[in-house]
Order: sequence, then structure tokens, then C-alpha cells
Amino acid sequence: MYGTGLAKGLMLTLRHFVDSYIDDIRYGFRKYSHSVDNFGIRQGTQTKGVITVQYPDEKVAVPERFRFVPFLIVEDEDHPTRAGKDWCTSCGICAKVCPPQCIWIVRGNDPDTGRPVPEPEAFFIDIDICMNCGYCAEYCPFDAIKMDHDYELASYDRTTHHIHDKERLSKPNSYWRSIAPTRAYEEMLARGTWEHKDAAKEARRGQSASRSSAPRPAAKAAPAPAEKEEAQATPEPAVSAAPAAAADGATPWSEDDAKREERRRKALERKARRAAKSGG
Amino acid sequence: MPTAAPDAPLTSTSIDGAIDHLQATYPEAVSADDREGYGGIIVDSAQLLDIAQVIRDELGFDYLSSATAVDYLGAGDHMEMVYHAYRSSGGGALVFKAQTERDNAEIPSLVSVWRGADFQEREAWDLYGIHFPGHPNLKRILMWEGFHGHPMRKDWREAYYEEEQKPFDSRWPGGHVHRAEEKNVFGKNVNYPREIDLSRLMDTSESAVYQSLGLGVDVERVMDKDGFETNELVVNMGPHHPSTHGVFRMVLTVDGETVTSLEPVMGYLHRNHEKIGERNTYLHNIPFTDRLDYISSMGNNHGYVLAVEQLLSLGRRYNEPTYRCEALRVLMVELSRIVNHLWAIGFWLNDIGAFFTPVLYFIQERERILDFFEAVAGSRMMCNYMRFGGLFGDLPERIKSVSNLTNDRVRDYNTMQFLTEMFSERIPRTIDELEQLLTQNEILIERSVGVGVLSAEDAINYSAAGPLLRGSGVPYDIRRADPYSIYDELDFDVAVEDAGDMYARYRVRVKELRESVRILRQILPRLEATKGQSIWADGKPGAYAPRVPHGEAYGRVENGKGELGYYIVSAGGKSGTSNPWRYHVRAPSFINLTPMGIMSQGYKVADIVGILGSIDIVLGETDR
Ligand code: SF4
Ligand code: SF4
Repeated sequence: MYGTGLAKGLMLTLRHFVDSYIDDIRYGFRKYSHSVDNFGIRQGTQTKGVITVQYPDEKVAVPERFRFVPFLIVEDEDHPTRAGKDWCTSCGICAKVCPPQCIWIVRGNDPDTGRPVPEPEAFFIDIDICMNCGYCAEYCPFDAIKMDHDYELASYDRTTHHIHDKERLSKPNSYWRSIAPTRAYEEMLARGTWEHKDAAKEARRGQSASRSSAPRPAAKAAPAPAEKEEAQATPEPAVSAAPAAAADGATPWSEDDAKREERRRKALERKARRAAKSGG
Repeated sequence: MPTAAPDAPLTSTSIDGAIDHLQATYPEAVSADDREGYGGIIVDSAQLLDIAQVIRDELGFDYLSSATAVDYLGAGDHMEMVYHAYRSSGGGALVFKAQTERDNAEIPSLVSVWRGADFQEREAWDLYGIHFPGHPNLKRILMWEGFHGHPMRKDWREAYYEEEQKPFDSRWPGGHVHRAEEKNVFGKNVNYPREIDLSRLMDTSESAVYQSLGLGVDVERVMDKDGFETNELVVNMGPHHPSTHGVFRMVLTVDGETVTSLEPVMGYLHRNHEKIGERNTYLHNIPFTDRLDYISSMGNNHGYVLAVEQLLSLGRRYNEPTYRCEALRVLMVELSRIVNHLWAIGFWLNDIGAFFTPVLYFIQERERILDFFEAVAGSRMMCNYMRFGGLFGDLPERIKSVSNLTNDRVRDYNTMQFLTEMFSERIPRTIDELEQLLTQNEILIERSVGVGVLSAEDAINYSAAGPLLRGSGVPYDIRRADPYSIYDELDFDVAVEDAGDMYARYRVRVKELRESVRILRQILPRLEATKGQSIWADGKPGAYAPRVPHGEAYGRVENGKGELGYYIVSAGGKSGTSNPWRYHVRAPSFINLTPMGIMSQGYKVADIVGILGSIDIVLGETDR
């Protein structure tokens, strides 16, 4: 009968409408409160109906890996002796991997010898140009530049506010640990210490006398329990890779050597064919 | 490779067999492309048209996927057109090339053989200055008529030119910041030809458009087919029109309400993506590909890394991605396909009048998928997730947000559980609801059945791709026809509908949504089984400036909107190079507009909006 399709669709819209209110009742109108767990429910897979986030009164939480314009890590209460020192060694890698080339670094020079020193004299990021790709943080070998979570950077004048200098970019290490505890913990494991590599080296070398005030070695700097649990739940991908793979060759998804060998052989064959062609 | 047995039909010979046949038939005009890392044949451009006919009719390569130009300035100093032709029954590409001088570059047009060459040759004329005798409508397509120069030529420099290739020396170690426009003030960064008097400059680009429609005037009195006197007039839809999904324009001539011809006008969002790509390093390009079809950035990443991996595999130090990496890639691109199709159907419905109710239902699922992308890759839309030989990172154990200075809300889900619930409950339920809401809806059926028809022959000949091609009854899906990644071991069907109208395209998308869910359900056990396996073959992330060996590669994937291909040329010496010489994007949104004209003829003005929506374009990719 003409119109049944239409009517069915209208029933569905009605159900969606009702579902939204049922959810309100189910969660006891908690979406209007600031209780922390209701957001998790409403954004999860079990909820039905629509949800409106009352931005800017409330904001959707962003996950740890979220990336917005980068900031530079400086030492803080972890290293009371040299708070404010950059982790950055001005190696220049971030400036090279930056796709739109918006990182500008002036490498520091020793005023006496004129030789380069491993810290930046100036560091700029043009945030109008930054495309938030995250490469700088990904490829920095010193964990010195990280992607921020603060996305509210609008201003009235782009000519005065949008080139972030070193002062504007610098944030303490503890801030990084607060926005990305899992990542920070993994990096600590990889480095072996909560401190910057160089600082750890120095600490090992000369300052054993003043241990009490110097940065503590990693083993003693026990992470908070929550962080530990989190980090253990996320194993370092590189560590536990191989053994699981080799064990079971029968399932199609285990990384079976023969298959990889086969693919590699095929690639080489293609190559040989091309080479043969270019020969004749 | 053995050539095909002599009695095998030529239309099913192997690629090598086809090449041998061509070389035997045209010994003078066809030669193997023997440059290091290259393949296919070089065809004498004087005989290109004849040979192209043979390639299509005798050898059966009826689908011209990509036609693009390369400027070999300083490396032979010639221009080259590169064609990738496929069989619509599946299999690999027959690559053939034609060369010409840089000055007065000229190569015969292949539009008479493959209509799909139309826009691509116009692009080559526009960006490279290659003339195509025989082209029915050769004028600029992305730049405006009257633009000076051909911007993809190697010796053409953009307004804020700094250096040939990144990274720029000024950034480090003496990186004293300045803005490009401070050194190169806007307005002063343009070269005008000396003979031009700016005060008397006339914009001629419009008259070119109207003339190509065969019109001298805006309104003409004509008789319609029933003998009534009507007005024939030109209507501009766009560039600022809500139906065009961006800045895009269609110039139509209408006879009363009926469209007699239509020409797409594009380029308003053109930023010379490919030129930027050739200044960039290989790595730099990955986040730029996100910005092409910004609805499915994962798929864009995938095509690009596949192309570069093909080149890398020619070198010695290259490891294939691990199985887990491949499984994660498929997981991501299938999720993007779901997002893409939900979006495409939703906005197409908007176009034909189901204003925003359905699309908002779909967006609820899209939001959850984007939440997942954000937790894994760091961004909802600009994912920048894939790397050469690997990925940005493995799945996090939990999709988690902590409360801190910038967040006040917390959520915490187990990633695998989240995915399982999405694939087993939410997404299938949404697809069911979508069908319940629309498939039998009488208004929808009346608006879309029999409207915007594209026949199977035309779809192939016009190089249509994706749901547009499959909606016309051609079961061509690259995941099956020319499999990549791990698609050959996954179980799914190619969605196809025969009618060729808007409704058929809608049905194809719905079927593909279901097939994607089917694939995703097969991916989950694979992810469980490879848990703990590294996403990198040698356990550690790839280098930031991989050296890519000399050669060419064409990587293509079945993206939501159709075939997305990347043609990459690396001109590296012995140790390879980290900047591409040529970086070309075969954009499905762009090429799928080629048949827009014939699909619109004879329908009403109000249908045009729906027909455009049913093609599913995104201007970031169309205009590049
Ligand atoms: S890569 Fe890291 S250490 Fe090197 S200059 Fe950039 S921020 Fe500093
Ligand atoms: S996020 Fe990307 S674009 Fe922004 S500064 Fe870092 S590398 Fe450059």
C-alpha cells in the first residue's frame, strides 16, 4: 500500500525521539550534572538516543593521543635543581620532519668558544601554519616536544599571537604526565628514568655526592599505582613481538615466515622482471 | 614470464603477453620502458591513437584509470604522458607512455578512445601545458582561463617560493622566524606578462565556459519537443550553493525545466596539492593526503603508503609490513568506508529533501568511529595514521580520557570490547534502521528510480569508479579485481546493482556498508591472534627520511568514493632520494565528474542536485 514505507520511517523517528528521553530517565538526568561517569556512559556503545554536549559549559574529553599544536617540555619539580631547563637539544629533527615547515630553531652557541651547545637559543612555531600532524613529537629523539590538548587558541589578532616563542611553548614535564600518563610512563620505561637522558648521565657521572637533592634514579621514582596499572595494560609493542608470532603457523593471521618469504620473493621477482626488461 | 598461448583470446592475455603483441604489431612505434625501476611501454606519439584503439578493443583494456603528465626537466628534458589502463574484468595495469618536447608539447588526445581521458587531459594541459589535438573541449580546468604559465612544470615557481625541496635550510640551525608574506608582500609576488595592462584586463574565463556549451547569449527562444515555445537559458548552480557540498559550480542550459547540457566548473579549492607534494619529502606527504578526501583520510593514507612501499621494495632495506599492521590498516579503512557511505547517503538524502533527520542518525555512529580514530591516531579526521612499512602506533588498550587541565570529562572503554560492540550491535543496527527508514520510502523511490542513469558501457568508458561504477552493473572493486593488503583472504562480496540510477547507487552503498561490517568482523579475531606482534617488521619505527630508490609506482585502493590512485616517480640516484620527483593523485571525486554531463541530460533542474549527491564528491579531492 502506498505510504507504508513512509509510515515505517516515521515510526522510527518517533522511536529515536522517545529513546532520547528514556535515556534521560535511565541515567537519572545525570547528563545535566557534572558527575564524571555519566559522560562515559552517554558516549559509549550502550546508550541510545541523541546526546548534546553543551560546549563550552562542558567539553568532550579528548583521549591521550589527541594532538593539537605542540609544546616543549621543560624540567620542573622532578628536577628541582634545574627547573625550567629545556629537554630540547636543538638537534633540528623536528624542524626537518615538519611538513609545512613551521618550526624555526636557533641553535645555541657557547658564548666563549662559539661552538654549538645542545640547547635552543630560540624556538618558534607558527601555529597558523602548523597542521597538527604530530610528526615533531613522533620523531623527536629526546621526548622534548609533545602534542598539547589545549585546543582553544583563538585570538583576535593573528599577527601578534600566533607565532609561539620558546616561553609560550614551554610547559613543565608534570603537565605532560598529567595529560598523557600512559605515554609518559612508556617513555620513562624506554629511557629508563623520569629525567632527560643527559640529566641522568650527569647524575651518574659526577653528582653522586649530592644525591639527596639531585634527580632520583628511575627505580626509586615509583610511579603512582594507577599509572603503573595503565602502563602494564599497554605493553611496549617492540618488546613482546616475536615469540607469539612464530608459535602458530597454521592460522592465516599469524605472521608466518613462509608467507612473508613468499611475498618478498614475489616482490623480488617483480624487480627482476623489470631489471630483465631494462636489460633487453 | 611465458606469453599466452597463441590461440588464447587477446582480451585475456597476461600483461606481458599484451606488451609482446603490441611490440610485434608495431615494432617501430612501441618500445619497452627500460629506465631503472620503470615498467610498461613507450609509444611513439604519432601512432598513439591507433595503438590506444588496439589496447582497448583488441587487448581488452577498456578502463583507463589514470592519465597524467610528468615533466622530466633536467632528466631527458621531455614531457611524458603516463596512462594506466585496466580490464574491467580485473587484473593489473597496462602502462603506456608517450613523450613530447617541453616546448610546444603536443600529444594526440585519447578522448575518442576513452572518454575518461577528458578531464585528465584538460588537467595535463592546465598544469603542464601539453596540447592535445583532437580534444573536444581543451581548456583549463583547475586554474582559470588567462592564468599565466603551467604550474606543475618543474621550472614554475609559486608565489611564496622558498626552495626546490624541503626541509628548508632557513629553519635550522639559524631559524630566525618570519612570515612568508613579510618577505614577499601579497600583490608583489605575482609576475604579469609585460604586454598586459592591468587596468584594462578583461576576464575571459566566463565566455570560454559559455562558448563550450554552444551559447552566444544567455536566453534563447526555442521550441520544445512538444512544440511549445520555451526559453533556453543558462543557469549557474554554485559556486556557492548548498547542494554542491563545497565550492563547486555547474553551468547548465535548460529548456524550460529540462536540462539540455551541463558542464562542471571546478578549481575553487585548488591549492596545487601535487606541487606541494613534490616539494615535500615522502614522509611529509602523508598528512597532506589526509586533506584530499577529508571524510576518509585513512584510505588516503593507505593508497599513498602502498605506492611508496612499492618503490621501497625495489631497494634492499625494506621490510614488508607485519600481519598485524595489515590487519589494522584494513580495520581503519573499512571503518572509514562506513563513515564515508553513511555520510554520502545522509547528504544525498539532504539533497533530495530528507532534511537532516537521517543524516543525524548516521552521524551518531560516525561520531563513535571518529572517537575511536582519535584515541588511536590522535585526530578525528586528519588521521595521519599510516607510515611506510608500519603505522603511527598500535591500538591503545583502552579508549581513555583522563581528567586534566583541559578536560573535565572522563571516559574509559576497553578498545576491543568497544570495537566488538560496534561491529556486532551498533553499526548493523544503524544499517537496519537506515533501510527501514528509506529503502521502501515512496518519496525516495519516486525521486531516485530512473533518474541520473549511467549505462555500464558509459560508466567504464568515462572511467567512473566506486559506487558510481558498481551502481551501473559493473562488478569492479579493486579489493577483488586487483587485491592489495590482506583483502585476498577476506570473505566479502562485491556490491553491484544493474539499474545505473540514483537508487541503484544508494543500494550499492547500503550493501557495501554490510560488506564492510562483514570484513570488520573477520578482522577482530585476526587482531586478537596477533596481539603483541609488532606493527613494524623489525620491531622499531621506520626512519624519518627513508631513501626511496629510482623508479615509478602506481598504488591504488578502493576508497569510499572510488578508485584512489597515486602515481609516484622517484628520481633518486644510487642511494635513493627522500623527495618525490612526481606525485600525482588520481582522485575519484574528480574523475567521477566526467560523466556528470551525460548523466544529467534530460532530467529536471531539481534532479541535478540529487544526481551530484549520488556521485558523492568531496571538493578537497576534486580540486586538489
Ligand atoms: S627534535 Fe626534539 S630535541 Fe631535536 S630540536 Fe626538535 S624538540 Fe629539540
Ligand atoms: S605538529 Fe606537525 S605541523 Fe605542527 S609543528 Fe609539529 S611537525 Fe610541524
